[in-house]
Amino acid sequence: STGDLMPMPTSPATDMLSPAAAQDTSLFSSPRNCLHRCAKLDMSSPLMYGTPSSRVEGTPRSSVRGTPARQRADLGSVRKAPQVDLQSEPAGADGAVASESNAGQRLVIWGTDVNVGTCKEKFQRFLQRFIDPTSTEDENAGLDLNEPLYMQKLEEISVVGDPVLNVNCLHVQSFDAELYRQLICYPQEVIPTFDMAVNELFFERFPDSILEYQIQVRPYNALKTRNMRSLNPEDIDQLITISGMVIRTSQLIPEMQEAFFQCHVCAYSTRVEVDRGRIAEPAVCRHCNTTHSLALVHNRSAFSDKQMVKIQESPEDMPAGQTPHTTVVYAHNDLVDKVQPGDRVNITGIYRAVPMRVNPRQSNVKSVYKTHIDAIHFRKTDEKRLHGLDEDAEQKLFTEDRVQTLKELAAKPDVYERLSSALAPSIYEHEDIKKGILLQLFGGTRKDFSQTGRGHFRAEVNILLCGDPGTSKSQLLQYVYNLVPRGQYTSGKGSSAVGLTAYVMKDPETRQLVLQTGALVLSDNGICCIDEFDKMSDNTRSVLHEVMEQQTLSIAKAGIICQLNARTAVLAAANPVESQWNPKKTTIENIQLPHTLLSRFDLIFLMLDPQDEAYDRRLAHHLVSLYYQSEEQMEEEFLDMAVLRDYIAYARTYINPRLSEEASQALIEAYVDMRKIGSGRGMVSAYPRQLESLIRLAEAHAKVRFSEKVETIDVEEAKRLHREALKQSATDPRTGFVDISILTTGMSATARKRKEEVAQALKKLIQSKGKTPAMKYQQLLEDLRGQSETAITRELFDEALRALADEDYLTVTGKTVRLLA
Amino acid sequence: MFASSQNGADSGWEAKAVEFFKDHLKEKEARTLVPSLNDVPLHYLKPNSLVKFRCLIQDMFDPEFYMGVYETVDPRLKAKVLRCGKYRDVTECGVDFNSRNTVTAERQTFYCVPVPGENTWVKDISSQARVVPSTSYAPSRQKRSYEEDDDMDDMDTQPQKQRETHGGSQTHSEQHHGNGDCKRQETEAPSNQTASASHLDLNFPLPGEKGPSCLVKVYQDWDGFKLNDVLEVFGILSVNHTTSCLLFVCTAEEQRVHCPPASLVPRLHMLYAKPLPHNNPLLPPTGLEDNSAFLSSTLSEMASVRAELLAYFTHVLLGDALAAEYLILHLISTVYARRDVLPLGKFTLNLSGCPTAASYTERLYQIIQQLVPSSFYLPMSLQNMNQMRLVPKKDYVANRLVSGALQLARNTSLFLDETQLEQGQLDTTGVRNVTALGNLISWQKVDYDFNYHQMEFPCNINVVIASEGRSLLPSDCQIRLQSQVAPAHMDEYLSAVHMHPQASSQLNKFRMYLSVARQLDYSISDEVTKSVEDDFVDMRKDDPQSVSAEDFHRLLVVARLLSLSLGQTSLSTDTWSRAKHLDMLRTSRMEQHKCVNGNEP
Repeated sequence: STGDLMPMPTSPATDMLSPAAAQDTSLFSSPRNCLHRCAKLDMSSPLMYGTPSSRVEGTPRSSVRGTPARQRADLGSVRKAPQVDLQSEPAGADGAVASESNAGQRLVIWGTDVNVGTCKEKFQRFLQRFIDPTSTEDENAGLDLNEPLYMQKLEEISVVGDPVLNVNCLHVQSFDAELYRQLICYPQEVIPTFDMAVNELFFERFPDSILEYQIQVRPYNALKTRNMRSLNPEDIDQLITISGMVIRTSQLIPEMQEAFFQCHVCAYSTRVEVDRGRIAEPAVCRHCNTTHSLALVHNRSAFSDKQMVKIQESPEDMPAGQTPHTTVVYAHNDLVDKVQPGDRVNITGIYRAVPMRVNPRQSNVKSVYKTHIDAIHFRKTDEKRLHGLDEDAEQKLFTEDRVQTLKELAAKPDVYERLSSALAPSIYEHEDIKKGILLQLFGGTRKDFSQTGRGHFRAEVNILLCGDPGTSKSQLLQYVYNLVPRGQYTSGKGSSAVGLTAYVMKDPETRQLVLQTGALVLSDNGICCIDEFDKMSDNTRSVLHEVMEQQTLSIAKAGIICQLNARTAVLAAANPVESQWNPKKTTIENIQLPHTLLSRFDLIFLMLDPQDEAYDRRLAHHLVSLYYQSEEQMEEEFLDMAVLRDYIAYARTYINPRLSEEASQALIEAYVDMRKIGSGRGMVSAYPRQLESLIRLAEAHAKVRFSEKVETIDVEEAKRLHREALKQSATDPRTGFVDISILTTGMSATARKRKEEVAQALKKLIQSKGKTPAMKYQQLLEDLRGQSETAITRELFDEALRALADEDYLTVTGKTVRLLA
Repeated sequence: MFASSQNGADSGWEAKAVEFFKDHLKEKEARTLVPSLNDVPLHYLKPNSLVKFRCLIQDMFDPEFYMGVYETVDPRLKAKVLRCGKYRDVTECGVDFNSRNTVTAERQTFYCVPVPGENTWVKDISSQARVVPSTSYAPSRQKRSYEEDDDMDDMDTQPQKQRETHGGSQTHSEQHHGNGDCKRQETEAPSNQTASASHLDLNFPLPGEKGPSCLVKVYQDWDGFKLNDVLEVFGILSVNHTTSCLLFVCTAEEQRVHCPPASLVPRLHMLYAKPLPHNNPLLPPTGLEDNSAFLSSTLSEMASVRAELLAYFTHVLLGDALAAEYLILHLISTVYARRDVLPLGKFTLNLSGCPTAASYTERLYQIIQQLVPSSFYLPMSLQNMNQMRLVPKKDYVANRLVSGALQLARNTSLFLDETQLEQGQLDTTGVRNVTALGNLISWQKVDYDFNYHQMEFPCNINVVIASEGRSLLPSDCQIRLQSQVAPAHMDEYLSAVHMHPQASSQLNKFRMYLSVARQLDYSISDEVTKSVEDDFVDMRKDDPQSVSAEDFHRLLVVARLLSLSLGQTSLSTDTWSRAKHLDMLRTSRMEQHKCVNGNEP
């Protein structure tokens, strides 16, 4: 069919659309022109009033003719607008339209106020003129934003050969609100008109280009409806966009578009179009006049692909205590198999309602309609996350008012305190912990250093809470889990490594291996709350190493090798080993976690039961009022959870603070100070990881203030919080000094020094014993104890022995110690 | 113009009719006159008549669009007639689809089941209480012609208004005037339920449940209803056979669920629904605030009833008065508020040290069953834990929420029998079930499984765990049963416990007491607040380890429940010290036991 693609400039209509006319749009839009064209074309061709492109034959446009139009099952599969009788069109029905336009434009599609000519013209003007210099959509990447956007897209079509033009309805709206209204209200009529318009324009521009079939316009992003729950009867037959999650897709359904009949007698063949799901079988052969001789030939009938897709409301859109709604969507032609179960999609389509027949033989109808959506455009909302571009696909839409209230809130000087006290109000005090969690909720700024080879910098803040049982750690975790949209809650006891990461399983339906993602991957861009962190098996914990620093998960199992994004902040809670916190021991000793993991937490808080009277009194008051104040009273005192949630979402999406000059200076100073403190006592108390933590915390604090710049106050707060957390968790119980090496090496500097001393003492003792190749273990311990002035525990002694063994000085076999030298 | 006037009139009378029903149903007598689907077998009820149904919303289907107003064409007369499609399933013949007068409206469908775990005594009492309804006995009803909505006319409360509007507006179906309005046949509805011969899974949350389930069509304010709400629905019954039709687009599976045969799952077009705060038929169905007379009379009796109940429980609990106290407190507990994620007022009781002999736990449950309106006994045997479906799960093939045993109405007593647990391994389902139970106890929520995500539904279920040692599940309060009965006489004693069931008047008193105590309001005065706070500080001063914040939480709940159980609506210092004393006794018993039996954790 590509042979006769050359333009044939014989039709008068094409003459009218000469390049000059196309460029000079004022001329183009002149009513005289239009009248002329309408009269010429429309009177002669009834196609203009039906659903034009639902016909298989090419449109009469000569330049377009060579390319077959593909049937748009998405538009015309269910109902067709009855064709209009121009003469008998009642004047009252479109009087309003008639009065505001001139006489020629009174010709409208039946049942609508759409005039084909004007509509086409408007759309062509839109395509030629629309410029969106502020476009941030990734689809427009690589296009010159100062040139007409859609002309560039047409150019792209001519190069790529994919005859689909996606049109953002928002663009249409900003360009011509009336056109947008028509598009929303009468998509079935307007979209084919758009198709015609774009094809004319295209083949005029690129007369040589070869397309498989004519270009189809796919509008998306109709603002009218966002939520499945708000669909109502008024939306029927309108263009809508809803978001949801695909839960089921059916097999491919071949739907007959055109039936092919052949006469048994004379082999005369005829085609019958399917009308409203029915085929009118011709009773008489037109050629030989035999009755009932025509038989359907399936092989030569035209079918289109169709697929049923079920979508369900996304959990975020749902009111509490109700079950999610589902909607049936039909995908047609090349939209089939575009989406898979589990995908989050925005669907633009036409909402349909069809009456249900009780029984095909009866005229009784069930008074209920069956509703579905004919999909015109799918847009996966989570697609981008896979490519790791950015997350604004999930941008929550904030109303102006909401943004205003949020900004007002942000302007308050005590916003930080307000927010932190709004966090889990039922949990008493622990102000610093709440502040830490608040900063975690906001997170730092994401930085990309992959150019210089360091990859992404972690922006998420990880927090570990440890402390006595019954200090409402779990409750805090539950709260956070309920607050954030992408929260996951697992318990260390019940989760395995695969449950956290991902596992491969056989899909029962398709019998293919599929990757099922676990908690860490699911909470990408969110917070993963892990309770009973200490009860996790070592195996499971080891997967966290990668997640908590590189923010990715590598999987290699059952032939699937991949790296998944897991940009999740980890909020973990751990109980001390001896069930009660032992203040005489270090953090490491108390919770028995590997220090490699501990150093990946930015903040480690101890939740201890402070034992003083004033605290008790405040706690008692808090608890009693918790049980006795009414719901309303509590609400007054604290910020609403919804406001907090919006505030965080807004800050996370729109605020990307950068370090200011003073702030970087302050950070440098802070870091140097931290190292100095350590070096004064012969130990290092800060590592680059701590500096990074500080930066993250400062950025998060700037986000809390809705500030694009990290300033000194942010650094001050970050420093303070970091110090508080350090003071609680990295204090050497022997000396009372803050010692970061407890976290980084698992042993405080004093403890290390002590170990060395004991080892030296032991070595001396052995040397003093002279040439004895073997000694009794118990004897040696007694001797050392007798000699030393400080108490020597068995563990300490063992460690000393091990240290000497490492030096190849001796070996320990059972109960005897042998010298090697 | 005909259409517009007709529409105007329509919208007017619809609202008025619904209003009328609401007004009348507020009166007590009118309410009892309406036959209930719960007691009257379906085939005794007249189709298109007003019925009521006490139920739990088990699932919510997608909203459906129907023809609110439509036009029919009579092919012979060529006359067009406007009809109302509300409150019915099927339209008349000859619908004109292209009519401009068609009004499409939206309605919501809820799948409702009888309250799960509703005990037999509730059913018995509520069916006794009903006035034998004026149902027409029409076993051959499929022969009846479809009438207008006026079929409801045979209720005494039916207004004439509707008939007028219909009669006045059009001249169709004159026949209904003479039809069947007054043929009232008193029927003896058998008290036993017709077991729904069920190849069809009616999706009851609990195994072995009986009764009709219903597709309730809701016409307005459906956003106000939540899953698992207990409602009393007044509506128009529709058992049209043609409703069980083929939906031409969905799968066979989905079809089975959404369009079950109307004879098994009748449709109920809701006129009015009332959320029930409780399902105890002995109490007035409205809230307690509206019945001050009833309230004051019961309040004065509460202390004495409590004493009797305590004696009864002490007897049942092998002579352990302390455990009996705690059991009372547990039975009247309810989640009265939530602070962010924390449910307040829950009081899960772990009765440890239950004798395994003579199926004691089962007997105990039977006694509880006699007292609370709805309850469920869950033996935590390994097989049960590994095989039972506790958490509801969305079945996307059939597009419904497959129920689980934890989909329970509020204030249902869940009796977990851990003495049934034997050695063995929990599989994946088992672990998930135990986690679900743990979540239920700690947060009073159940995470429904929606395959791609979980959804959290808050609940309010009273959980009591009977175990030998300390339960593997968390609990708010553990009490060790101290048997006063010598082991040798145990069997004898146990069989005697169940031998004399209390007189029914006595039982009714207990039942009323428990339900009323749960619904009372409660407050703490500022003075008492102060002294309670002081008390806490003092306790901590002596020994900070002895009282943690958690203990204080529990003490506050115990004090609350103790006051309520005595019929006091505010905390007194007296009750506070009594609560403290109770808790002290309990903890000292635990300590003691720990000393005796070292391996008790």
